[in-house]
Amino acid sequence: MATSQTWLLRPFQERSTQLFLGVLFAAMVVVTFLHLFMPEDSALHVSAYTVTLLGKYLCYALLAVAVDLVWGYLGILSLGHGAFFALGGYAMGMYLMRQIGDRGVYGDPVLPDFMVFLNWQELPWYWQGFDMAWFAFIMVLLAPGLLALVFGFLAFRSRVTGVYLSIITQALTFALMLAFFRNEMGFGGNNGLTDFKDILGFDLRSDATRLGLFLATGIALAVGYVVCRAIVTSKLGRVSVACRDAEARTRFLGYRVERVQLFVFVVSAMLAGVAGALYVPQVGIINPSEFSPLFSIEIVVWVALGGRATLYGAVIGALLVNYAKTVFTGIMPDAWLFALGALFVLVTVFLPKGIAGLLQKRRQKDDDQPGAQEATA
Amino acid sequence: MSIFEQLANRDQVFEFLTPAASPVDVRHGPILYMEDVSVSFDGFKAINSLNLTIDDGELRCIIGPNGAGKTTMMDIITGKTRPDTGSVWFGSRHNLLRMNEPDIATLGIGRKFQKPTVFEALTVFENLELAMAADKRILPTLTAIMTAEYRDRIDEILEMIGLQALRDKPAGILSHGQKQWLEIGMLLMQKPRLLLVDEPVAGMTEQEMERTAELLTSLAGKQSVVVVEHDMGFVRSIARKVTVLHQGSVLAEGTMDQVSNDPDVIKVYLGEEA
Repeated sequence: MATSQTWLLRPFQERSTQLFLGVLFAAMVVVTFLHLFMPEDSALHVSAYTVTLLGKYLCYALLAVAVDLVWGYLGILSLGHGAFFALGGYAMGMYLMRQIGDRGVYGDPVLPDFMVFLNWQELPWYWQGFDMAWFAFIMVLLAPGLLALVFGFLAFRSRVTGVYLSIITQALTFALMLAFFRNEMGFGGNNGLTDFKDILGFDLRSDATRLGLFLATGIALAVGYVVCRAIVTSKLGRVSVACRDAEARTRFLGYRVERVQLFVFVVSAMLAGVAGALYVPQVGIINPSEFSPLFSIEIVVWVALGGRATLYGAVIGALLVNYAKTVFTGIMPDAWLFALGALFVLVTVFLPKGIAGLLQKRRQKDDDQPGAQEATA
Repeated sequence: MSIFEQLANRDQVFEFLTPAASPVDVRHGPILYMEDVSVSFDGFKAINSLNLTIDDGELRCIIGPNGAGKTTMMDIITGKTRPDTGSVWFGSRHNLLRMNEPDIATLGIGRKFQKPTVFEALTVFENLELAMAADKRILPTLTAIMTAEYRDRIDEILEMIGLQALRDKPAGILSHGQKQWLEIGMLLMQKPRLLLVDEPVAGMTEQEMERTAELLTSLAGKQSVVVVEHDMGFVRSIARKVTVLHQGSVLAEGTMDQVSNDPDVIKVYLGEEA
């Protein structure tokens, strides 16, 4: 068995990762080709609208991977990952707001529209620096990372686990939602941040920028997936599983369980932040509804549907559920939540390991009886 | 005592001057020293001014009726429970009451739980890998590499506990006795100075018990072993020195013959009317 010496390269030697990356990149190439080179009246043409929709799905997929890392491998059921996603989104939104410059409705060169509307005279200190892309992009990682660090430090140090931890993550995102709803917070209140014009000098409404954002999201998903995979295939990944299954035993082996939890939690929060940051320019708005507890629960449903502790299951789950959501809410908007609930119940009862579990079972069957298949053929 | 008085007190080495990673000092004989330890839960005295000394390299059996405080004693030694009073020293240098569970484990105290606790989702090999004495901080663990040397060490232990054939099987499929052995193997991977073994032969067949007895007696001398066990036959087969706990304190101590002829012990084990 050829095991790589560097932990970060180890995933590339796995068949599942190679397959995942292959499928992802192939899909990105196909979408790009169909978008650019198919005539618009062709049935195969992929419109800019669809490209952006797919980009949004990929953001959700990255978010689901982040949740699977903490839930599947560490056993921490976070019902508040939407908060990290939204914080990353707000960091990006603040950058995009500053890029508007004097093209806003009120034409103020520095202050975003909502601040002029609220009669603010100058930019709050925490908006400083967001006119620079590099600073904003660092904040995309830092803001969710710091929140996760402080929150995780307090929670894990006190050995809060299980359902209690889930409840406080839920409370965390709810509290942030209420805070961001307030106008005085300086994040646009109820309306959030919107009316973005361009990113890094590219017009956000142009098809080329939309395609670029879609491709960037695909690459971010690939990188995020590989990073998670590298963690779970390392010894630290096995220690995480150990913490998940027998916390006390892990402690008596000499591992500091709370630090393992904190490390993985912070990495996961940062990935969620990146997903949020790529989401915002594609949907064109970020508002406090992303903090809503319901959204965080939905993420968990994606992961459960796709299959925990596989990472690719989380991607499959996020893509399928969100595609279904798009289709369903188009046909009968009122029935969607019932459909999602029904789907969740059915999967938990009949496919406890999710769709990924189904795939694994099929592969095992093929491996177990290669002769039997030939015989029937 | 004020900090100045403490600093002026010259007949002791200050705690903050002894690094936690310093080697265990057993020049004075005992590897574990518990003095006047008491702990109570909601008024119930689980441990009642317990005094216990384990010598370096000794194999000690601890017996006692249910509720005698055997498991609580292990909890105190491994840092899981803090006693209300008393002191617990590892060697003559390390105050265990000042340390947390991972530090105590790293220092060289390994513990086998009463109910076999292995990581069921991981393979037998991986279970041993995690237990292996190594740098257990986050980044070294993330970048850890399985070298040939480590693999040999794991295989050596696998052979000792007789689980080579199940090397790459998930630990969840092991039988009860095999899990007990795997857990003992994990203890050995930690290269501990002191092993605390809680009911190692529960659920084992006669042959398995014999092999466990062999394994534990072969360890004594190199390591110190403390065995808590209910099975008197097993205790008789391995013990050189036995401590009887009763209601949280030591009732009797000595060889198995001395202890089993002790009138107090007979009274506790056979009931008050005897």
